[in-house]
Amino acid sequence: MSVKKFVVGCFDDEKVLFPAVKQVRKAGYKIHDVYTPFPIHGLDHAIGIRETSIHTAGFIFGITGTSTALGFMGWIFTKDWPLNIGGKPHFPLPAFIPITFEMTVLFAAVGMTLTFCYLCQLSPFLKRHHFHPRATDDLFVMVIECTEKSNETEVAAFLQSNGAIEVNVQEAETGWWLGTYDKQQKLYRPEEVGY
Amino acid sequence: MSLLKYESQLREPLVEGEKNYHQITEDICRPIETRPGKLWYIGFTIAVCLLCFGIYSVYREVVYGTGQWNLNKTVGWGWDITNFVWWIGIGHAGTLISAILLLFRQGWRCGVNRAAEAMTIFAVICAGQFPIFHMGRVWMAFFVLPYPNTRGSLWPNFSSPLMWDVFAVSTYFTVSLLFWYVGLLPDLGTLRDRARTKFRKMFYGVASFGWNGSTKHWQRHESLALVLAGISTPLVLSVHTIVSFDFATSIVPGWHTTIFPPYFVAGAIFSGFAMVQSLLIVTRKVLNLEDYITVGHIEAMNKVIVLTGSIVGCAYLTELFVAWYSQNQYENWAFFQNRANLFSPYGWAYYGMMFCNVVSPQLFWSRKLRRNIAFTFFMSVLINVGMWFERFVIIVTSVYRDYLPSSWSTYYSPTIWEIGFYLGTFGLFFTCYFLFAKFFPVIAVAEIKAILKTSGVNYKAKMTEIEKMDTEKFYVEEVEHAH
Repeated sequence: MSVKKFVVGCFDDEKVLFPAVKQVRKAGYKIHDVYTPFPIHGLDHAIGIRETSIHTAGFIFGITGTSTALGFMGWIFTKDWPLNIGGKPHFPLPAFIPITFEMTVLFAAVGMTLTFCYLCQLSPFLKRHHFHPRATDDLFVMVIECTEKSNETEVAAFLQSNGAIEVNVQEAETGWWLGTYDKQQKLYRPEEVGY
Repeated sequence: MSLLKYESQLREPLVEGEKNYHQITEDICRPIETRPGKLWYIGFTIAVCLLCFGIYSVYREVVYGTGQWNLNKTVGWGWDITNFVWWIGIGHAGTLISAILLLFRQGWRCGVNRAAEAMTIFAVICAGQFPIFHMGRVWMAFFVLPYPNTRGSLWPNFSSPLMWDVFAVSTYFTVSLLFWYVGLLPDLGTLRDRARTKFRKMFYGVASFGWNGSTKHWQRHESLALVLAGISTPLVLSVHTIVSFDFATSIVPGWHTTIFPPYFVAGAIFSGFAMVQSLLIVTRKVLNLEDYITVGHIEAMNKVIVLTGSIVGCAYLTELFVAWYSQNQYENWAFFQNRANLFSPYGWAYYGMMFCNVVSPQLFWSRKLRRNIAFTFFMSVLINVGMWFERFVIIVTSVYRDYLPSSWSTYYSPTIWEIGFYLGTFGLFFTCYFLFAKFFPVIAVAEIKAILKTSGVNYKAKMTEIEKMDTEKFYVEEVEHAH
């Protein structure tokens, strides 16, 4: 990742945010992201990101769990160490259902959560630039990426005219880093980003 | 919850008081950021003392063996398995609130789900101690794990309900923990951004996984929560079903019944909600959260209690009827001599159970009593006592007099170390809960914010204007997608 320049506009009402998002996209500016304190339904479509397919990952992990459990128990009781349990068949499918079900759920849940953390790059000890400390409290923070062509003051004025209560320009690392220094070997100072 | 910013005024508000987003953050985070009160220290000290007594009781059992308990020839499962089933049942309410009520789109779950999920996790931890130490040689507990071993690669028996239990309880614990923690991430992010001290910055910085509230993250977060709720719903039903299989697949009179799975699941939810009531009635008072856990929330949970209590009552009567209808002399004996006979050695336990679980919750048909907080607290304790009796009745009255009268056991009563183990799990549970209430938000901050504009009392007052609007105008102004 790299350090980029962003114009940050803060809104205090989702009713103002929605038309602003629409105006910003219409004007052709590139929305880097919108940070909100709680999920706002419809915002993902408004800023033009596609539906998540994380549930597909859940399904794949789930059937992996099903086949692992059935395959493992089947192999043990028919090939590896067949036991005579009350004269029942060596592959008693009904008696295997509970464990198969539990393993399906376990694989799906653990797999999906890890996929979620991987996709969102969430992990303990990772450091990340936070554009506004109140983005997890009561502000909806729209971040617009600046290109060579865009004029920051113009973008800032545009955001302000669309109802942003606070606008500023920030240079920030877009990815995550570990430790006290960021990827550009710049000393990371927590108080600067309200971390 | 929905795309509309409108909710009928007939629905009771879920957030009381003049709130805005920032005020919600303040109210819920304040107890974490200030020093706990005297009550917290007193409660925590009692909990830790109980835990220490429990650890000593378990130490006696590990060193001297299960002879420290009064288990005997026919009563091989006594207080330990009773307590296991009791604790695991309590856990079920948390998953019901967080998963099943999420699928049913019940807005009131937002006020209570975080604390209830935490309760689930702590209750399952407590439950897990009993079967592990019941093994006697606890250092051999890893024998239940299926791994290639030096015993000829001898595997556990996957057809055994006890083995199913191992998988069910450990899966239940893992999935509940994930569900709880994923839900906590945004709120830990809030705490991190508010942190002023070095320790809190470090602690919540690490614990929040770098959460920043990005729209894409929220989208995935919601999708993940929905799927986890979808798979937790059959999971929670399966866990107590499998616990009931421990009994139902045997041929012991009184245990060998097909009604057990639904009967156990209903009982689990019943006792779990009672425990949620006991915890939250105290929590809302001590942490000043009456605006978020309102009388409406308490009433909603009391409705679940009266429903599940009635299901449990039906199951008790069905059992008695079927025992008579089967005309099986052993079944008859177990139910009409060992249980329902008031003058049998354990008759007191059976009638205690009947009173606490079947008769007393019927009082909740009265709206006035459902909304009475002191009465609800009293009932919640009574129900938990009753549900403990239920498990005790099922386990002990079925085995203390078996087929062979010459091996009928003497009256089974616990030793001080059996009681100590049980009290110790109370200590463990409340120690965990006190620490949770001190360091984590007991209410889901982000979820309350999401329902504020439909269910907050100050926003509800504005709904009158919306109701007068014509449809066209309403669509343009109040439906978010229309912009």
